[in-house]
Amino acid sequence: MTLRAEIVSPEKRHLEMDVDMVVVPGTEGDIAAMPGRAPLMLQLWGGIVTLYKDEQVVARLFVSGGFVDMSADRCIVLADSVRALKDLSPDDARQRLGELEAQWSHVGPEEYQAHDTLTMQIQAVRAELEAGEEFAKGELN
Amino acid sequence: MPSLKELRGRIAGVKSTRKITSAMKMVAASKLRRAQLQAEASRPYAETMRKMMMELASTLEGLEGIPLPALLKGTGKDQIHLLVVMTSDRGLAGGFNATMVRAVRKRADELISQGKTVKILPIGAKGADILGRYYPGSMLATMRSIMGAAPSYDYASTVAAKITALLEEGQFDCCTLFRNRFVNAMTQIPEQIGLIPLPVGDNDNREKAGDVAPYGFEPDEETLLTRLLPRNLEVQLYAAMLESAAGEQGARMTAMDNASRNAGKAIDRLSLKYNRTRQANITNELIEIISGAEAV
Repeated sequence: MTLRAEIVSPEKRHLEMDVDMVVVPGTEGDIAAMPGRAPLMLQLWGGIVTLYKDEQVVARLFVSGGFVDMSADRCIVLADSVRALKDLSPDDARQRLGELEAQWSHVGPEEYQAHDTLTMQIQAVRAELEAGEEFAKGELN
Repeated sequence: MPSLKELRGRIAGVKSTRKITSAMKMVAASKLRRAQLQAEASRPYAETMRKMMMELASTLEGLEGIPLPALLKGTGKDQIHLLVVMTSDRGLAGGFNATMVRAVRKRADELISQGKTVKILPIGAKGADILGRYYPGSMLATMRSIMGAAPSYDYASTVAAKITALLEEGQFDCCTLFRNRFVNAMTQIPEQIGLIPLPVGDNDNREKAGDVAPYGFEPDEETLLTRLLPRNLEVQLYAAMLESAAGEQGARMTAMDNASRNAGKAIDRLSLKYNRTRQANITNELIEIISGAEAV
């Protein structure tokens, strides 16, 4: 039994293949989708989606957040944006992180929504920075 | 009867018009192809999003005591209606904008006769121009239909943010989106889509598979819903923009094709007239020469 994995962003479908397991970065921690699992809807934050087949990694993609719809035979990742690991630029991410952190100091604790959005953005950029650096060191090959 | 010189001028004029219209037709055809591909590529996301929204909303409706966000349920009133109207920024697209305006006017007049207040948020300059003449007091600031070469998700989220801000300010109670549905290059149908409150129909997926385990949600239903709703609005607007852009190019292609064909017919007609006039002039001159010679 295999699992149909799809990774889509608003612009296009980035990937569709049959796999054994998909590991996604949920807001409450990484979570794996495998065939036959109970349906689950979850929110993602920035991180790497990893696809496994025959105990081998077949694809790794960076997503900057989004949602996942898991069921017994499907795992659909609705990503805000999708990038290949080799396209990540740690320098660029570091710069954006600096900008976001500067914004963060201006947001008051009572502005819940702005607070929430900014937290998610900072997390996504940090994850991008981390993933980019790890990939550059060759740890994710 | 026009002189030969006048006729030559008119033929040259129609020929250059035909050049422009046939070039516009080619451009519209290639843009249409791109717009169609883009619209197709965005469909899987929008469909999955819709399914997730339905699932989530119907689960939440079953739970009691959770206040539903305004983006899902509206303000609970039905007095001020916001009509978001998507048209094009440029003309020469046949009846693309006019049919849309007709559909919007029908709905707006219906609402006004029921005593409701109507506000119009035009996305696209052409629709704004025409609707502004009919409902001068109801128009909000016009937004462009496309920023840059093609509809972008970022621009759709700008529009969504504007609508959300209006909702939070209490500027409207219900929001309906008007956009042209692309059927084929010849046909675009104006359609209205309820955005706020979100129409949550019966969940057919659930009925189909009654024995499937219920959905789990992470972090929890409420948080997930508050995060999915704004995104759903953006996605709906983005999908509508793509559809409308494809429709616009289709309508322009058809209109320009007709115009080129009409120009061709006009050239044929004018050439015939030109040749007849030329022939008549020659005959006249011959008659003059012959009768002159006879008189001598």
